[in-house]
Amino acid sequence: MTSTSNRYQVSIEADPTLPIIHVTRDFDATPAQLLRAHTDPELYARWVGPDDTEAEILDWDPTTGGRWRWVGRRDGQEWGFHGCFHDVREDRIVQTFTYDGQPDDVALETLVFEDLGDGRTRLRAQSLVESFESRDQWLASGMETGVEQGYAKLDDLIGELT
Amino acid sequence: MGDDQLSRVFAALADPTRRDMVSRLAVADATVGELAQPYDVSVQAVSRHIKVLADAGLVSQTRDAQRRPCHLEAEVFDLMTKWIERYRLQAQERYERLDAVLAELRGDERPDDTTHHQGAAS
Repeated sequence: MTSTSNRYQVSIEADPTLPIIHVTRDFDATPAQLLRAHTDPELYARWVGPDDTEAEILDWDPTTGGRWRWVGRRDGQEWGFHGCFHDVREDRIVQTFTYDGQPDDVALETLVFEDLGDGRTRLRAQSLVESFESRDQWLASGMETGVEQGYAKLDDLIGELT
Repeated sequence: MGDDQLSRVFAALADPTRRDMVSRLAVADATVGELAQPYDVSVQAVSRHIKVLADAGLVSQTRDAQRRPCHLEAEVFDLMTKWIERYRLQAQERYERLDAVLAELRGDERPDDTTHHQGAAS
């Protein structure tokens, strides 16, 4: 079943040989606008989500060698995340990412803003996580949204994995 | 499907030979001997691969007289697909919020477009 939305769709790929998640999505924006939406704390807090979750930025220095920390709050519960900006450039952000609830796990995230021209940009996000187990927990965390949708067919999945 | 089983499923599919076996079993059931044919490996090695797939719940071996064909448990894939699809939907929601932020940025920067002449100096 395909979505009726004509918006750009996210593609997710779980690398079968490395504990990596690849996320790709196109945007009607320039690389500079995408960079701004990822580095301006007020803008970032507005979209990082999830829905119904209020994000508060506690620490934010989006420069090479800088650091970040924010908490998400919903229904009296809090989830904290922190990391370092390893590299911030016009076309990429490389950062570490740790969920406070699993302080031993550090993910290395590489976000690349690829200019497609005509005011469109492709975001390629790669997360290298601690282990296959961590990766699978990340993927499983999507279950919490409980969104009911049509699911990709078995053949599609095998196609992606093959 | 619990976390442990999901991990076993991903681990089982981390091997290219096992992924290829799964692709072939998606077309039709096959015996270990039939599965071994295209590979330069022993039937015993294929049996070990099948055991990993079976432990992950991906493959079952039914008793069909002497044949014991391997059968792909499609429901396990269906569950795994749901997990990934839900993660994808969460990311999709996040990026639709980002779309809204970017739409505002485009609005903000439109006045600038009249003052920044790209390339042309006139």
